[in-house]
Amino acid sequence: MLLYFLRRAASAISVIFATLVASYALFLLAPTDPVGTICGPKCTPDRAADISAALHLEDPALQQIGVYLKGIVAGREYEIGGTVRECDAPCLGYSFALGRPVTELIADALPVTLSIVLGGAVVYFSVGVLVGTLAARHRGTTLDRVAVGSSLTINSVPYFIVVLLVALYATNVVLPAAQYTSLLENPLAWASGLLAAWITLGLTNAASYTRYSRASMIESLGQDYVRTARSKGISERRVVYRHGVRAGLTPVVTIVGLDIAYQLTNTLFTESIFGLPGLGRLTLNAFNTYDLPVLLGSVLVGSTVLVTMNLIIDILYTFLDPRVRLA
Amino acid sequence: MDQTTQEAQTDFRGRRPRVPGEEAYLEVTDLQVRFPTADGVVQAVDGLTYSLPLGRTLAIVGESGSGKSVSSMAVMGLHDRKSTFMSGSIKIGGREIIGMSEQELNTVRGVEAAMIFQDPQSSMHPYFTVGDQIMESYRQHNKVSKKAAKTRAVEMLDRVGIPNPQRRVDQYPHEFSGGMRQRAMIAMALVNDPKLLIADEPTTALDVTVQAQILDLIADLQRDFGSAVVFITHDLGVVAEIADDILVMYAGNAVEHGPVEKILGTPLHPYAWGLLESIPAVSGTPGPLHPIPGAPPSLLAMPSGCAFHPRCEFRERVPGDMCRTLRPELIARTADTGRASRCHLKDPDRVFETEVLPRLP
Ligand SMILES: Nc1ncnc2c1ncn2[C@@H]1O[C@H](COP(=O)(O)OP(=O)(O)OP(=O)(O)O)[C@@H](O)[C@H]1O
Ligand code: SF4
Ligand SMILES: [Mg+2]
Repeated sequence: MLLYFLRRAASAISVIFATLVASYALFLLAPTDPVGTICGPKCTPDRAADISAALHLEDPALQQIGVYLKGIVAGREYEIGGTVRECDAPCLGYSFALGRPVTELIADALPVTLSIVLGGAVVYFSVGVLVGTLAARHRGTTLDRVAVGSSLTINSVPYFIVVLLVALYATNVVLPAAQYTSLLENPLAWASGLLAAWITLGLTNAASYTRYSRASMIESLGQDYVRTARSKGISERRVVYRHGVRAGLTPVVTIVGLDIAYQLTNTLFTESIFGLPGLGRLTLNAFNTYDLPVLLGSVLVGSTVLVTMNLIIDILYTFLDPRVRLA
Repeated sequence: MDQTTQEAQTDFRGRRPRVPGEEAYLEVTDLQVRFPTADGVVQAVDGLTYSLPLGRTLAIVGESGSGKSVSSMAVMGLHDRKSTFMSGSIKIGGREIIGMSEQELNTVRGVEAAMIFQDPQSSMHPYFTVGDQIMESYRQHNKVSKKAAKTRAVEMLDRVGIPNPQRRVDQYPHEFSGGMRQRAMIAMALVNDPKLLIADEPTTALDVTVQAQILDLIADLQRDFGSAVVFITHDLGVVAEIADDILVMYAGNAVEHGPVEKILGTPLHPYAWGLLESIPAVSGTPGPLHPIPGAPPSLLAMPSGCAFHPRCEFRERVPGDMCRTLRPELIARTADTGRASRCHLKDPDRVFETEVLPRLP
């Protein structure tokens, strides 16, 4: 059991490491003139030389990656225009465009994205599972048809249009204006500022979750062991919510994990349209200004998030499904 | 164990000859079960009638699809009301099951009547421990603490011959072998001392030695608890070993019903003859097997007259094309034993002795 986790953790770390090497090579070792790109349109030869030196771009490739890795572990310093900028561990690079360490930028943006995605996940998981289970339990009734019908309708509208419509019509009128306040600073403002984003992300995904959980519940309610449960004389409610849900939701939980991981790295529309300063917006801006260090940092954080979520799901799964435990 | 089961235990120990007029515990009368489907209405059970007193074992035999499981699930009230049409009457201990509310059904299921299902592999919940599943059944019908229920679960596992029950009680079904899992299913079914036990092919998925052990176990438990047992099987060898009575089903109905030694000795229905011819000899030299020609009828369009007539080689013996036009009733054939069959033949015992018996394997 412990061995299994260690093995999984080791493979997770090696995946992150491989991503690091590959994206470093793609961004900074490629024959695409990284210095010119980072330096931008108002580049001076002095600044270009600074950047090149700060990034050790003249050194052999392996050594460069070594420096970058060492920065992650121990921090490093960047010298720009004669002044030294500290970049504390874990130093993911330095944004010359914004004049700040990448880690700081990401550390500012990550809580925003986490708040949006996790809050949204609470909404779509609970709504989707509830509606899906009800639909499965009352299969073929009006309730079921309405649930499936509206789920399909919601899903047939492209996501960014939903966000846009909510931003245009709902915020300021029905929902409080979208803005980000730190949870630690003011929990109420945090929740009200994110409400619009949660509802948008939550309801669109709830539509898919309704269908996943409905299908999964229908399957589990048709299993022999549910019939066995009925034959024991326990209430129908207990049959559905204990025996059915326990088996029906296990696969859905796995999908939630993957979806959260995916959304953490893909909240572009939600953040941009609601003007929330999260990872998606940071990346989008970096993309517009060719801010390679920030892009590199986001890719690394993104892949770490994905790999970690996968690891969490695997571990969670061994608790949810006793049959996997001995494997 | 309460007073009545105590009495039942002494009352119904062992096999006894059938006493006519003995009070039935399970009484099925003119049971019809229909499933409306896209292709039409499936007539899975068509007028089934039988009764069973405490302390006796009834074997239900018949080809695949003859309605054995469907009729037994009806007894347990397990059919989905919305998608099943049922009529007739099913009485357990005098209480009518058909039309009973779910809530009231739950005072019968698991406590008065319990069922062991065909496939132990899929019939236990994979995510709950064996003990948990046994305890759930016990606590549903007895107001006891978790601890007391667990003690009871361990006791039941021990009773059905599972070694090391203290440890096994906390294990999951997948940690049990097939035979052990079936024992655990039996423990679960019997945890509330039900007066009626329905075992739906409980040994089909198991290998021969385990099969024999499980049969012994059910027979033992039946003797101890004095319950009525309905035992569904394909295997006439098993029937001979365990049952007091046999009910032969064909196309959703009984074609022959009576004490086991009579029916295995001199069956009176051509379909029962076919069954005997189609099994390998239990003891003797292996002879040629004669599977019953043809296939069971479509339940969407039952044959007119006798449901077996398209496959029956004796239908010409009955004058006037009766087999094709008139449905035979299930009627008593001999005065002494309370056996009945559903066939127009006038002298089935003679036909059996002179024509069928000589070619049996
Ligand atoms: N829910 C249902 N809807 C439609 N048809 C059904 C349904 N349940 C059972 N049937 C049909 O009813 C018939 C009787 O099935 P049943 O399971 O009782 O057969 P069986 O005698 O138990 O056979 P086996 O020996 O294979 O277990 C079969 O033809 C089956 O296809
Ligand atoms: S009634 Fe006729 S067809 Fe039916 S079993 Fe008897 S002889 Fe055969
Ligand atoms: Mg069956």
